[in-house]
Amino acid sequence: MTRPNSPKGLTPGVIGLIAVVGLIAAACGNDNVRGPDTPTDAGSATDSAATSTYPTTGGAEPTADPAGITLLTHDSFALSDETLAAFTSETGIEVTLLQAGDTGQMVSEAILTAGNPLGDVMFGVDNTFLARALNAELFEPYESPNLADVPDEFKLDLEHRVTPIDYGDVCVNYWTDALPADPPSALGDLTAPSFADQLVVQNPETSSPGLAFLLATIAGTDDWEQFWADLADNGVAVTAGWEDAYYGEFIAGGGDRSMVVSYASSPPAEVIFADPPVDTAPTEVLVDSCFRQIEFAGVLAGTDHPVEARALIDFMLTPTFQDDVPLNMFVFPVADSATLPQVFVDHAQTVEDPLFIDPADIEAHRDEWTDRWVEIVLG
Amino acid sequence: MIWELDSVSVRFGEVQAVENAFLEISSGELVVILGPSGCGKSTMLRVTAGLQAPDSGRVLIDGNDAAALLPHQRSIGLMFQQHTLFPHYDVAGNVEFGLRMAGLGSGRRHSRVSELLALVGLAGFEARDVATLSGGEAQRVALARSLAPNPALLLLDEPFGSLDRSLRDRLTDELPGVLSRAGTTAIHVTHDQDEAFSLADRLVVMDHGRILRVGPPSEVWADPRTVAVAEFLGHSNIVTRGSHPEVIRRDAATVAADGELEGTVTASRFRGDYHDLSVATALGRLRFRVDEALTAGDVVRLRIDPSRVARLEPS
Amino acid sequence: MDGPVGRDSSRIARFAGRWAAVAVPAVFLTVFFVYPAGAILWRGLFSEGFGPMSDLFASPRTRGVVWFTVWQALASTVITLVVALPAAAVVTRLRGRCRHWVRGLVTVPFVLPTVVVAGAFEGVFDRFGLEDGGFRLRHTVWAILLAHVFFNYAVVVRIVGSFWSGLDHRVEEQARVLGAGPIQAFRAVTLPRLRPAIASACAIVFLFSFTSFGVILLLGGPRRATLETEIYRQAVTRGDLRSAAGLALVQLLAVVALIAVATRLERRRPAPTGVAHSPPKPLRRSFVWANFAVMAVLLGSPIAILVERSLSVGDGYGLDHYRALTERVPQLPASAATALGNSLVFATVATALALAVGTLAALVVVHGRSGLRRVFDLGLTLPLGVSAVTIGFGILIALDEPPLDLRTSWWIVPIAHALVGTPFVVRTMVPVLRRIDPQIREAAAVLGASPGRVRRLVDLPIAGRGMLVGAGFAFAVSLGEFGATSFLPRRPETLTAPLALYRLLSTPGELLRGQAMALAVVLMVIVALAVVAIEASRGTKRGADVVWESL
Repeated sequence: MTRPNSPKGLTPGVIGLIAVVGLIAAACGNDNVRGPDTPTDAGSATDSAATSTYPTTGGAEPTADPAGITLLTHDSFALSDETLAAFTSETGIEVTLLQAGDTGQMVSEAILTAGNPLGDVMFGVDNTFLARALNAELFEPYESPNLADVPDEFKLDLEHRVTPIDYGDVCVNYWTDALPADPPSALGDLTAPSFADQLVVQNPETSSPGLAFLLATIAGTDDWEQFWADLADNGVAVTAGWEDAYYGEFIAGGGDRSMVVSYASSPPAEVIFADPPVDTAPTEVLVDSCFRQIEFAGVLAGTDHPVEARALIDFMLTPTFQDDVPLNMFVFPVADSATLPQVFVDHAQTVEDPLFIDPADIEAHRDEWTDRWVEIVLG
Repeated sequence: MIWELDSVSVRFGEVQAVENAFLEISSGELVVILGPSGCGKSTMLRVTAGLQAPDSGRVLIDGNDAAALLPHQRSIGLMFQQHTLFPHYDVAGNVEFGLRMAGLGSGRRHSRVSELLALVGLAGFEARDVATLSGGEAQRVALARSLAPNPALLLLDEPFGSLDRSLRDRLTDELPGVLSRAGTTAIHVTHDQDEAFSLADRLVVMDHGRILRVGPPSEVWADPRTVAVAEFLGHSNIVTRGSHPEVIRRDAATVAADGELEGTVTASRFRGDYHDLSVATALGRLRFRVDEALTAGDVVRLRIDPSRVARLEPS
Repeated sequence: MDGPVGRDSSRIARFAGRWAAVAVPAVFLTVFFVYPAGAILWRGLFSEGFGPMSDLFASPRTRGVVWFTVWQALASTVITLVVALPAAAVVTRLRGRCRHWVRGLVTVPFVLPTVVVAGAFEGVFDRFGLEDGGFRLRHTVWAILLAHVFFNYAVVVRIVGSFWSGLDHRVEEQARVLGAGPIQAFRAVTLPRLRPAIASACAIVFLFSFTSFGVILLLGGPRRATLETEIYRQAVTRGDLRSAAGLALVQLLAVVALIAVATRLERRRPAPTGVAHSPPKPLRRSFVWANFAVMAVLLGSPIAILVERSLSVGDGYGLDHYRALTERVPQLPASAATALGNSLVFATVATALALAVGTLAALVVVHGRSGLRRVFDLGLTLPLGVSAVTIGFGILIALDEPPLDLRTSWWIVPIAHALVGTPFVVRTMVPVLRRIDPQIREAAAVLGASPGRVRRLVDLPIAGRGMLVGAGFAFAVSLGEFGATSFLPRRPETLTAPLALYRLLSTPGELLRGQAMALAVVLMVIVALAVVAIEASRGTKRGADVVWESL
């Protein structure tokens, strides 16, 4: 075995490395080829779309060769496998999922990449972040014909830059058997001495339910600052995020607190994922404490595929999508036509008159409110 | 092939390691650089090897400036005082390293390794782990490794310095044979006069970064030219007669009634072939080798052979 | 002899080789770190006009945050060193399989998400009734320090330990013969020689603690904030990119200053020593067992709690949660097992990248020109000390145009992981490379090895142990990474195991929680096995064994 008298110094290792870097560059290059070149089955798409009761054509005639699109969403986005497949088989549009952390992070990332968006449609911006997203002009207006099926109370943007898809309520949950006194019935009860050291909340600076609950107290009490001062005196615990509160401090994870800020849909989740199985949820919801979060979808400005993007917005309001929402994301569908699963009917608390604040107000005061909250509670 | 150091100087901060050195080595020669430790002799080697760039001056190979040549392009071998065997290869892996670098096939490497191990007296050591070798064995492997690629010039930096006396003597005896059989030109650096005398075709004496004297060992011994060289070579009788210092070799004196030098014997030791005589004279205390047995206290007259007296430069 | 032509062509080849060794790490660092981080800082600081930001820096909150960030990181580093250095002494003296397994075990925390560790520690405290005794760890600074020691124990044990066993132990024996007691001998002779490795390890521990995120938020409680959590708060929660960039700049400057100090200490090297022939003096039995006890309590007990939780099904025990890993739950875009598979592939690719880049870089750091050395030394450690938000958001806005539209590419995940793994490879290899006797390299050079071959045939095999330690870390870091990539949007096929774990824990229900615990345990087992396998994958040459055993 003789080594060829090839350039000394330029060792095979180095050559290999250059090859690796080259390969990476090549591979990365390939990734960019997506969208227009994605082969799709155009013919059948148009046919089945035509037979659908709900229009999913984006308010325009679909192009002969629909492009694949990317759905930018948060980490909590979840659907059954069949749901998006149904959309693809109806329209021929392939949907690539892109998950970007929690809602705040997703909106921040979308704002950073405005003009060269990460996807074509964004799902999951809620009313606490809505104004920030709208101010950053992230969306192109689109009024879906399927909005007819949605109650007006959910339509927060009159220009239809975003379309409401689902809603949920952030509420105080309590572990019924562990409460030291009769269950609370109003926000004000939480400051009662009998509930001393029982409540755990999330820091509104780092947690979306934490922020929602702060907003609930601002909307639902006469003097929210005094309320929080009283809560602090009553031994409220604060965690950075939901996981830490629910599984760290709350009794569900072995903690010693019987009340936690969570969702109105948490009790059904406790039933579905119970081990061993149970008939009744161990937790209940303090209805008076619920702040409504509505989740919206919108067509991202700068998309190359507006027609396909609109078709997906349309689809999100069809029963196929709406019916699939509760058991996957533990939220309620906005469309009147949607059917709630039995476990939701049995265990989820429907909140008739949730607390609410105008998104513009939230955006204008959020930092001021959270700063004040930090002073009062963490001071 | 001719190697030349042309007015080479090297400084390490405050220390002038080599100062304006000229040296020429031609094919087949075994040149020994002799000097006390720290005299710059190792630096000379490193400059020749290309491991150290001179601050000024040039290294010429067959008349061409070698500055652009890296060590691995100069066809040299190098042995250090501390053996520098590669700990991650076995004996054969070490010896064949240079052959691999030269692109030799494994079959030829194999036979060359056996040949060299036999040459240094370690036949059959191929698969030995280098960590299990004794000091002498390790140095021989290092020698075999240096010789394997047939270097045009072998540089030996006190290769036996870390070995015990008897092993050193044995390897000193063997080395010229090994080198001449291999037909290798070599520069050997040492601080040991005996080793230098017994190896050198040509001797270079250095001190404080300067080359003091170059010549065949017998010539350098007979005519050291400076006090420093004479002292370093181990001459004991350095005297001043008239304006110049002189060195009187120990074999220059014979006991004779009409001898010009009178002295009193202070000690006499029997050394077999001769008696080692210490005499107090007008020139100072001198040592001679004589045939006669004398005793301390005797007054003796000595005749000095002028051909065995060398004039030295005034210091 | 080379003629003029041959000389020229070899000079070109030499230039190309050297250039490539410098270029690969330089290009990697520039494209995937300097450019993105620079872009996001630039946008934050200048897009709305540059102002002095005096409001931000004058606020007592910011100053408090900077102070707390620095002191908790320093305290974490010192405590980790004090706790882990004796363990390094013990691990140094272990031989064979036992050594691999201990090294594997100590690396386990690297892949554990903070939320899981926090829960496990609380479980331990609960089990031993410590909380009832009025000793409450949660939301104290002690919880932060404990967690940092837990996570960083391996860094000191492995980096210092591997360097230590390569030292010539005869020097200590000499000191003992001259009348020094064991502690005196350690202080006077061993410690100074360990300094390069200690500096290396401390730099990593400090940077990890300096930029730690989950530990501060979850364990420190809502009242404590560091630069890292503040950058997140400003950039993500408040959408105030300008303040975030200001803080990120402060963080960057602090980290640069620190690394400069650490690399200085690391460079003051001991005299190169050859292979250590004699085994080190055995330690006192009580000392060894005391260290194993610390390991058992610090690492073993939370791990045991996790294992127990993963096996707890209903009122009894079983493997149900493990079986459930292969089924997709709605909370995940793919099954946990798929995420685990993704993570393994990412970790393998990221380790290969980190090894390639880190090894070339380490060679440049040790043998390159002095100017280049510093830049590489500093530059390749920086990704460890820069906030995940900066890197993640930087990639989003910088690598968004062809040919480098990597924002949502599969490749960005292993690349971002390699960015964090590379400093480990560099920091573990540099002290070992520095220790190689220069005469051995010279011997190879005069035997005809070009500088490139000296590196490949002498430096790399001898520094192989350092490389393996670095590879183990890079693998573990990738497997547990929850930093920059969590700020990049991902497709279902790039879901990693730590992300899946967080998703499982974000919906109520015992089944999901059990699955999360099972996933954590599988992650731990994988990383332990991987480290053991990497440790055991030493070369087959017998000469090499001696060196590697001792390095």
